[in-house]
Amino acid sequence: MEVLSDHNWVLTVGTFLPLVGVLIMLFIPKADEALSKAVAIGTAAATLAVGVFTLAQFNYDKAGEMQFVANAEWISVIKSSYYIGLDGISLPLYFLSMVITLLVMIYSWNHVPSPGNAKAFYILMLVLQTGMAGTFIARDLVLFFVFFELVLLPMYFMIGVWGGENRQYASLKFFLYTMFGSALMLVAFLALFFTTGAESFSIPYLIENGGEIAKNTQIWIFAGMFVGFAVKVPMFPFHTWLPDAHTQAPTQGSVILAAILLKLGTYGFVRIAIPILPDAALEWAPWIGLLAVIGIIYGALGCLAQTDMKRLIAFSSVAHMGYVMLGISTLTSFGMNAAMFGMVAHGLITGMLFFVAGSVKERYHTLEIKRLSGMLVQMPKLGWILGFCAMASLGLPGLAGFWGEFPAILSAYQPAEGLNVTVFRVYMVVAAIGTVLAAGYLLWLYQRTAFGEPTAEFAAGHGHDEDIHDVNKFEWIAWTPLLIAIVVFGVYPQLMFKVLDPAVGVTLKAFGG
Amino acid sequence: MFSASTEAAEVVLKSGWFLENAFIIPIIPALAFVLIIFFGKKMPMKGSEFGILSMLAALVMSLGAAYQWIQRVNGVSDETYVKPIIRTWTWWQNDGVSLGIGQHIDGLSITILVVVAFISSLVQIYSTEYLHGDRRYTHFFASLTLFSAGMLNMVVAENMIQLILGWELMGLCSFMLIGHWWEEGANSRAALKAFFTTRTGDIGLLVGTSVLFFAANDWTQKTLGVSGFSIRGLSAWALSGDPSSAAITVGAIALFIACIGKSGQFPLHTWLPDAMAGPTPVSSLLHSSTMVVAGVFLVARLYPVFYEGMNVYGNSVNFIILIGGVTIVIAAVLAFVQTDIKKVLAYSTVSQLGYMMMGLGAGAWLPAVFHIFTHAFFKACLFLGAGSISHSASHHSFDMKKDMGGLRKFMPITFSTWIVSTLALCGVFPFSGFFSKDEIIDNVGYAGYNFFMIVGLFGAFLTAAYMTRATYLTFFGEPRGAAAGEHHDEEHGHDAHSSHDDHGHDDHGHDSHDAHAAHDSHDDHASHGPRESGLIITVPLILLATLALSSGFLNAPAFGEKWENLKKWVEPRAEVVSVTGIAKPAGAHGETRTAALKEAGSYDSPCGSKTPVGGVCYAPQLKHAPFKWWKAGLSMGIVFMGMILSWVLCVQLYTRKNKKLVGLTERNKLLGAGYSFLENKYYLDTLYEKIIVRSIAHPISRGAYWFNQNVLDGIVNGAGTSTRKTAGWVYRNVDQKLVDGAVNGAGTTAENAGGALQPVQSGKVNQYGALLFGAAAIGALVLVIINF
Amino acid sequence: MLLNQFLMLGAVLFCIGVYGVIVRKNAVLVLMSIELILNSVNINLLAFSLRNGSVDGHTFALYIIAVAAAEVGVGLAMVLLMYRNRRSVGLDDLSEMKG
Repeated sequence: MEVLSDHNWVLTVGTFLPLVGVLIMLFIPKADEALSKAVAIGTAAATLAVGVFTLAQFNYDKAGEMQFVANAEWISVIKSSYYIGLDGISLPLYFLSMVITLLVMIYSWNHVPSPGNAKAFYILMLVLQTGMAGTFIARDLVLFFVFFELVLLPMYFMIGVWGGENRQYASLKFFLYTMFGSALMLVAFLALFFTTGAESFSIPYLIENGGEIAKNTQIWIFAGMFVGFAVKVPMFPFHTWLPDAHTQAPTQGSVILAAILLKLGTYGFVRIAIPILPDAALEWAPWIGLLAVIGIIYGALGCLAQTDMKRLIAFSSVAHMGYVMLGISTLTSFGMNAAMFGMVAHGLITGMLFFVAGSVKERYHTLEIKRLSGMLVQMPKLGWILGFCAMASLGLPGLAGFWGEFPAILSAYQPAEGLNVTVFRVYMVVAAIGTVLAAGYLLWLYQRTAFGEPTAEFAAGHGHDEDIHDVNKFEWIAWTPLLIAIVVFGVYPQLMFKVLDPAVGVTLKAFGG
Repeated sequence: MFSASTEAAEVVLKSGWFLENAFIIPIIPALAFVLIIFFGKKMPMKGSEFGILSMLAALVMSLGAAYQWIQRVNGVSDETYVKPIIRTWTWWQNDGVSLGIGQHIDGLSITILVVVAFISSLVQIYSTEYLHGDRRYTHFFASLTLFSAGMLNMVVAENMIQLILGWELMGLCSFMLIGHWWEEGANSRAALKAFFTTRTGDIGLLVGTSVLFFAANDWTQKTLGVSGFSIRGLSAWALSGDPSSAAITVGAIALFIACIGKSGQFPLHTWLPDAMAGPTPVSSLLHSSTMVVAGVFLVARLYPVFYEGMNVYGNSVNFIILIGGVTIVIAAVLAFVQTDIKKVLAYSTVSQLGYMMMGLGAGAWLPAVFHIFTHAFFKACLFLGAGSISHSASHHSFDMKKDMGGLRKFMPITFSTWIVSTLALCGVFPFSGFFSKDEIIDNVGYAGYNFFMIVGLFGAFLTAAYMTRATYLTFFGEPRGAAAGEHHDEEHGHDAHSSHDDHGHDDHGHDSHDAHAAHDSHDDHASHGPRESGLIITVPLILLATLALSSGFLNAPAFGEKWENLKKWVEPRAEVVSVTGIAKPAGAHGETRTAALKEAGSYDSPCGSKTPVGGVCYAPQLKHAPFKWWKAGLSMGIVFMGMILSWVLCVQLYTRKNKKLVGLTERNKLLGAGYSFLENKYYLDTLYEKIIVRSIAHPISRGAYWFNQNVLDGIVNGAGTSTRKTAGWVYRNVDQKLVDGAVNGAGTTAENAGGALQPVQSGKVNQYGALLFGAAAIGALVLVIINF
Repeated sequence: MLLNQFLMLGAVLFCIGVYGVIVRKNAVLVLMSIELILNSVNINLLAFSLRNGSVDGHTFALYIIAVAAAEVGVGLAMVLLMYRNRRSVGLDDLSEMKG
């Protein structure tokens, strides 16, 4: 498809504009921090503007089709082309990545963690943005792989340089673990390429021909991709990198990791693994569902055992992604829609939770739950925001989280044809029990940290007064869009569903919808 | 024979603006909530004006809708099905399933709307005085208003998802309100306990909704064009003969589990008494008249599902009636050993909810709904009365034994409204409880569940007894403690500080509630004894007591059919209707039911017992027990017996302090010869007591309470602790040791492998040379062998 | 012909050379041993070349001699440098590895 239609530059610009900003920033002296930050934020804002333009120009009636397609020759020796496009599934995540990056940059204005060097920090964020956006628009497996791997390095450095005490271990673990998964994924991609006749790496081509691969081969190829994506999601039992990565990462790293990077894995399932290998997907689905519900309960149990706030939120991510994966494993349109919605909702909500945790760390210099108490007394607005996010995270109807959880549970009652109904109904009940546990750990956290009286260590007049202040204006600017989005999507979920539904329908054609 | 066409003329039903736009009713308090959050603190009355005005507006709209609904019903004959006013807008579309948000207004909705709006308004007005000066006054009104918005939304909900939204919103507000004074750990623990217990029940809500949706969706889409979430659709589907009994039973049981949690039925009732930690207006609004009836409302709303799923009128006992019956007795017995007046009322609420559930389980739909209606008034009045006592007499204490007594002299209005409400609660003619509670018991017996009828009568006996005890301790006898004017006046110089440890009277022995925190309100405690509360408190009491007295006449079968108004207006008619819900005259050959009745002698609609032909049914045909005065007399006799017995016991125990009774729990050696005369008198009485009263009141109820606190609640707490311990163990051993160990192990293995191979890199040239030659030799050998 | 004897001679010289490379510590001796190896190969080549009656072996042997000469030149230069830096020509003293 050599379509040089109008607007086929939009996605390329939106993805690579941050790199332009990086280029400019390389010439700014390290000491001039304000200018670095300004250029970075300006670039991010410009990228967001391009994103808004994309949003406006998107044809919502044809959300199932690929739009803004660009297809140019790239590495013709291995039959890989620069093939990008955007449809209803990619759009929310693509846009979300731009929003989150900008908000994180605003938040970092006076929050650059030790050892400083704002220029390098912001450059890394811009590179991350390119990697994230690129993954969501790639329509060629090699291109996808490049962007998928691109996000690893900046995150490695963010954790390794700007992180907490145990950062070396955490960043290395994150990098190696994900890379291990990606290696298997690459093998799977190559196998896919060769078994479909070594013609092309482009995803539409593979979707057409993937179904003809022998079933056993499909299962093995799926296994490779499964490991690669499952590490990223993270699914039980490949999740152990996440708590360490989150605990040691700086706030900005945690937010980006939770909000977007985790979605690369689930997106990979939805975009690549399932449409290209439908027979394997049917075979794997019960196992994916099993690991998903184990993740839900296991994540919740893990949360209850935590003494560190950020680690608790990290485990809650495992639990939430369990709901997303359960929805995906049902291979129904209902479930996939729920999963996609859940991805965005989780991004917004857990992103906010990590922001709050970061602010708590900045004020109290500790995240140990034992030592925190009475936040509502000393910082009422921050306490309210934490309460709001806790309610959203446990799936209160009226806030975005509910529409990721309940439809996923609902869809498990009637999975796609060919899947064992009883097994999935058991999963449904287990997932419903998980909602109680979710309420448990979130409200327990809230009760411990926000209710009650401030501990003696941090009570007024004990030397911490300058640090302990309520939400400041940068935090408000960074957080308000997320808070509003959580309410808006909670009250009117149709906004996102009307974009997702047609695209999900197209993706699931092989399963009879 | 005149054979009319089967398609008779459609009946025209009157409608009106209030009915068509009833969906606005929940929106008004929701808007008020937003206004209070953003502007409340700056307003002269600190935001309460938004709350009160919104509730009054909702009340006006509800009353308008009620009036128009009554016109609608009166405009058609008694057998015609009155179609509810249903309006929807698309909320969410997914995979061809379109979910709407909208309203489903019928008699049931209107009844509850009026109740909720009315009591919310009164409680909000009451709270302006009760919580005057509270540290989080504005937030209180915000939460209270949001709660009302949630409940009103649930009541008008057109489908299950919207109902779940309202349901969960109420749970959230309950959590916020119970833990209103969260500075004290006990309050926030009670709030969490309430949220968790109801959330556990909500598993059933999610599972049940899902099961019913998938089972019903095909049929509802095909026949009615609505989704399997729609309440109208589910009701018709349940009675259509389409559902497999497994699906509908599983769905009904799952939903009922949610009702058990929300409406405080055994065994998920333990949160309700603890919820008394919240301010009294919260207890009177949420935990007696409105939120806790949400479970009852759900059963009543989706009654066809429960009717079919639980096999009401079947030969054997069903789950609903069993739970209801058990709850009645367990809660009533526990009410005997409470010293906290709010806990007595809380257990009483649990018990009355048991009545409602038992009624629904036995097919007594209308009496149960009517009991929701009347119970709301007298229970709210009782709670507000308790609040009045605490506010103006007992210094924020709710302990009957320590700080009350003889208050009837000081608080005549509170006393008289309390007595009226107590009589209503006990079901004394002509107060409202008689017409609702006794109808439940009557219908339970009429439906064939004789055992449960006896349970209901026994419950009435207990109710009368424990309420008499509570009344006696509070209003009669000699004033004790704070009621006697002993309060720690010295400490009242300060206010608005967080620690209250210098108040001294911390020894309530149970969870703290508004006792301490309300102290940062009025501190005009210049030494005075108990006195009557101000108008803002007493006027709501009087209004509610008047309704407790009079609301019974809304549906009084005792006086004949003409007085059964609620039945006419609220009970859905069990008629076969066309798919659009417009009534078709039933019966053969197009005649009306009255005509068919005359001909056949009796006519029961097929709804609920047979598959409807040529249309759908929205409600099952229920039985109604005919009123008999002797039955009323019997129940009244039981009630009076309970009262008298209890009165006598109280007099003996509390006023006369009979040492035979007092000595059961404490060995009191302060006996003197002067008491022997009294002792002699009492030998007669103790004989009587030992046989009946003592064996009920002391060992059994104490045992039951012990069981409740240590076994049931112990299981709840144990579940929490063991989950935490499991979590810790799993985390430490499985995650950190096993799984992460494998990961780290991979790293160590790689390291060790590296270490093992390290000696190869020794730096010794000779060694390198040796390796080189060795490898070459082996290679040569291999070559030779291959080529041989 | 005396093929076997020549081959035997070549093998013996080769083994002596290998032994020298592996065991000897003195760098100069190692170089000498390497020369031995190379020349043993030369003998081998010449023997076969004579037997086959072609000059390929001779040519190859000449190449080897040239290369050996170059290699010795470089090798001895390195030994000289080593001596200047470490004041010894023992190969063990060269290693900075810890294992």
